[in-house]
Amino acid sequence: MKDFLLELRSEEIPARMQAGARAELEKLFRREMDAAGVAMGAVTVWSTPRRLALIARGLPTETQAVSEEAKGPPVGAPDQAVDGFCRKNKVTRDKLEVREVKGRETYFAVIDTPGRAVRDVLAEAIPAIIRDFAWPKSMRWGAASISTESMRWVRPLSGIVALLGDEVVECEVHGVTSGAVTLGHRFHHSGDITIGDADDYAVKLRAAHVIVDHQERAALIREGAARVASEAGLSLVEDEGLVVENAGLTEWPIPLLGRFEEDFLEVPPETIQLTARVNQKYFVCEDAQGTLANAFICTANIEAADGGEAIVDGNRKVLAARLSDARFFWEVDQKKTLAQHAEGLKRITFHEKLGTVADKVERVAKLARWLVEEGIVTDSPLPGGEGPGVGVPTSQASNTHPQPLPSREGASLADMAEQAARLCKADLVTEMVGEFPELQGLMGGYYARAEGLPDAVADAIRDHYKPVGQGDEVPTAPVTVAVSLADKLDTLASFFAIDEKPTGSKDPFALRRAALAVIRLLDSNGIRLNLSTAHAELVEALYFSSEDKDGPSTGSGQAGQGDLLDFFADRLKVQQREAGVRHDLIDAVFALGGEDDLVRLLARVHALQSFMETEDGRNLLAGYKRAANILKKEGFDTPLNRRPGLDPGQGSSSGAQEEARSRLGGRDDDDGNGDAMPHTGEEDPLALVDDPDMKDIVAAQMDERKHHLDGKSLSYTPEPAEKALIDALDAAGPQAERAVEEERFADAMSALASLRKPIDDFFENVTVNDDDEAKRTARLGLLARFRNAVHQVADFGKIEG
Amino acid sequence: MILALHDFWSAQGCVILQPYDMRMGAGTFHTATTLRALGPEPWNAAFVQPCRRPTDGRYGENPNRLQHYYQYQVILKPSPSDIQDLYLESLRVIGIDPLKHDIRFVEDDWESPTLGAWGLGWEVWCDGMEVTQFTYFQQMGGFDCKPVAGELTYGLERLAMYIQGVDNVYDLQFNDRGVSYGDVFLENEKQMSKWNFEVAETDALFDLFAKAEKECENALANNVPIAAYEQAIEASHIFNLLQARGVISVQERASYMGRVRDLARGSCEKYAELMAPRWAEKYPEWSL
Repeated sequence: MKDFLLELRSEEIPARMQAGARAELEKLFRREMDAAGVAMGAVTVWSTPRRLALIARGLPTETQAVSEEAKGPPVGAPDQAVDGFCRKNKVTRDKLEVREVKGRETYFAVIDTPGRAVRDVLAEAIPAIIRDFAWPKSMRWGAASISTESMRWVRPLSGIVALLGDEVVECEVHGVTSGAVTLGHRFHHSGDITIGDADDYAVKLRAAHVIVDHQERAALIREGAARVASEAGLSLVEDEGLVVENAGLTEWPIPLLGRFEEDFLEVPPETIQLTARVNQKYFVCEDAQGTLANAFICTANIEAADGGEAIVDGNRKVLAARLSDARFFWEVDQKKTLAQHAEGLKRITFHEKLGTVADKVERVAKLARWLVEEGIVTDSPLPGGEGPGVGVPTSQASNTHPQPLPSREGASLADMAEQAARLCKADLVTEMVGEFPELQGLMGGYYARAEGLPDAVADAIRDHYKPVGQGDEVPTAPVTVAVSLADKLDTLASFFAIDEKPTGSKDPFALRRAALAVIRLLDSNGIRLNLSTAHAELVEALYFSSEDKDGPSTGSGQAGQGDLLDFFADRLKVQQREAGVRHDLIDAVFALGGEDDLVRLLARVHALQSFMETEDGRNLLAGYKRAANILKKEGFDTPLNRRPGLDPGQGSSSGAQEEARSRLGGRDDDDGNGDAMPHTGEEDPLALVDDPDMKDIVAAQMDERKHHLDGKSLSYTPEPAEKALIDALDAAGPQAERAVEEERFADAMSALASLRKPIDDFFENVTVNDDDEAKRTARLGLLARFRNAVHQVADFGKIEG
Repeated sequence: MILALHDFWSAQGCVILQPYDMRMGAGTFHTATTLRALGPEPWNAAFVQPCRRPTDGRYGENPNRLQHYYQYQVILKPSPSDIQDLYLESLRVIGIDPLKHDIRFVEDDWESPTLGAWGLGWEVWCDGMEVTQFTYFQQMGGFDCKPVAGELTYGLERLAMYIQGVDNVYDLQFNDRGVSYGDVFLENEKQMSKWNFEVAETDALFDLFAKAEKECENALANNVPIAAYEQAIEASHIFNLLQARGVISVQERASYMGRVRDLARGSCEKYAELMAPRWAEKYPEWSL
């Protein structure tokens, strides 16, 4: 057993590529060894800016000999066939063996693969690894590059150390020959270092001022930076990304603390931190109060003779120059108001089909105002049960706002929302954001405050991009919520209108993130918003903001609405699933369709989830399934009353449902009592969602009329259990209905729970399939009523268990 | 310092050239770099190039940013295997001790769509300051570099600030008789910043751009790509001035960049095509 050491030395490898390179080296090495049948123990991979190293423990000196047999043609086969078989197996004809297979004399070739010296295997593997190595970017160099076929590496490859045990594995790759010799630190060590074996590699390099283990360097930086900060009476602002990056830039890391002029602290701290981090890869520190201190920590790659004094001084100068640039931007930007900066947005294209950023801002401003004026976003962020009516248009403008937010300007919430929206993108054309795009929003907030705009407006400008990711906080301040919501809804509606929807893994305009942000904004703030209505509002804005007044490419004013609602539904499902809600419960609620108010929809899902955790819930489900099965068997497969809304299945309702629908349609024709609400999908969807609550009632009435299942209209005397169920339904149905209307979903569930015993008893004591056709039809109808009552809350057919 | 670099690189076999006598944004535009990076012939040169970057002007108020400054450029084709060592040795020659100052090679790839060129390399840091751009050219004028040239671009003012230990570029001592960089250039920076940002007559600039473009096409049509390339350099600088004046909208910007690119690339391509037969004759293993 021997250990193998491979070091590939090159000019400085970019820090960001080193982790990937380590993984690639190990992957390719394992691939080569597996192919050659070389077993081995642990594999360690290290990197520094100037080398990639791999140590594999416990390699055999030889691979196992392998003997294989190949069956060939029968004796007497044409010479061509026999010769071909010999060529294929690389044997001569006289070496073939003859054996009997099922009574026929047949040629066999015995192929002995002798064991190979692992050193030879490695000598072939190394060039293959280098040849196949995938770098994010690679290059050619030197005299050999007169041909484009010359070797490629991330930067010029300068040396290879390859040792199996203490012996050099000899190989050559494009003029670079392997050996035992490497180099130490670029400045702290001159001359060659001869490595004895895998065990003394790290030791000898350490003596030459190279810490080859990247994790050890990271630890030195992490701890060293914290130490120098605390020695200065400060605390380090931790930044693991910087730790890793600096470890990738050094072979002998020495964190050093320096100070910059206190005057620079007058520019926003985020600017200082970003300048230090992005441009200079410095850490920053905080004082005991958590305020940014005038200190930076750089990571040197040498142990300087003067203790790093000159290095710190040099770095201080660079940072000072950077910060004076930042201060220059900060001052220049403030020579104009945000409103003046916003003028510049007219020159920035948002999307070629969607006009400029200024056009977008105009739409967002209108929608932000609308959201407030309609009472959708209010200054009591959690309106609870008695919140303002959903989507009820208010004829008068901001004056009718329930509680105008008091502020020193006396501006109403609607005015502030519109103002913040108009200014929210203005910082995109400032110098500071031009230099640091990451500061968008944040700088706008600072500039807004500096010019004396109300805090609510400044905060909204600052935070209107939120929530950005899963963990990001969700705004709750009403002005911010209005602007953030308007911005994202506009983005979604706009891109859907020009048919730029996400497909597969492609989502170039981050629409999934925008939809998720909308969901979180609505959900956390309990905002009641009819997405369809908001969408209509947006489409209108979209059509009247485009320069040519023709609007974006698509023809219909309702461009993309159904798709957009489906898209929201999909996002909502994903989000709820990730939040741990059972997917079947989500499906059960979604299957009802007709819902475009996320908050109501989620309330229903949550109530259902609680209900299904109770005994009543589970038993009711069992009764429902039994009823549904019977109905299905008897062709009573009434489709749910599907309505446009948050329903991912809507666009392509299943074949079975289509079929059931047409059957039902036939019946309707027979008794001349047509369903008032058949959906072909071509109606104006807005007409149908105008009042979803009303719709439920209409549907229920239709249902009853159709089947004449009113208890009083029976032509026979019902059995006691049957009567009990009818009575229970008469009571629970309207109760559940009212509860649903009033969005008391838990109450609706309780009302349904009262059906549990009657339905159990009914199945126990009543024969549905009675010989009497009248009884049979009436009882099936009763079950249908029961099912429909349950459907007021959710499609229990979708629930598992 | 310039003399020390000249001595050093001359000893390495470089021809010492003078600046190109046109306004340009970087030493890379010098024909000794751009055009000579094409083709198989070895080429080693070193020269100083004044650079003008109108948008970097700070009215003489920033200690580190100038709209006019000097680069020292070295081009080594093919790139020698000890190019990093040579470079570090050149730093020692001008007085930078790498055991006192922290010298680092930090990833910085270079791409010039204008020239149809790109390369991989680093910015070299000295105590956190970028003092040199180090690039292995991979493509120029849309052609693969065969062989690859190594390009070193030293920022002379920055290096001088290190060596003299001053914080402000205007405090650099130009000689030992009390003449500072500020004495020589501060007024120039103030006036030129003002002209670049506020004064330059934009109609005239647009006109100049159009004329350079036209002349470039004329030169190309008449098979004198070096002359065409000069017009591309001119157009590029005029475009930078227009940018500084803030009169080019985002959409227009892309279109102007495309026009400059067409000129520069067209000139490089024409040059390569014109020279290719001669190169191929001398280097049979080479092809365009």
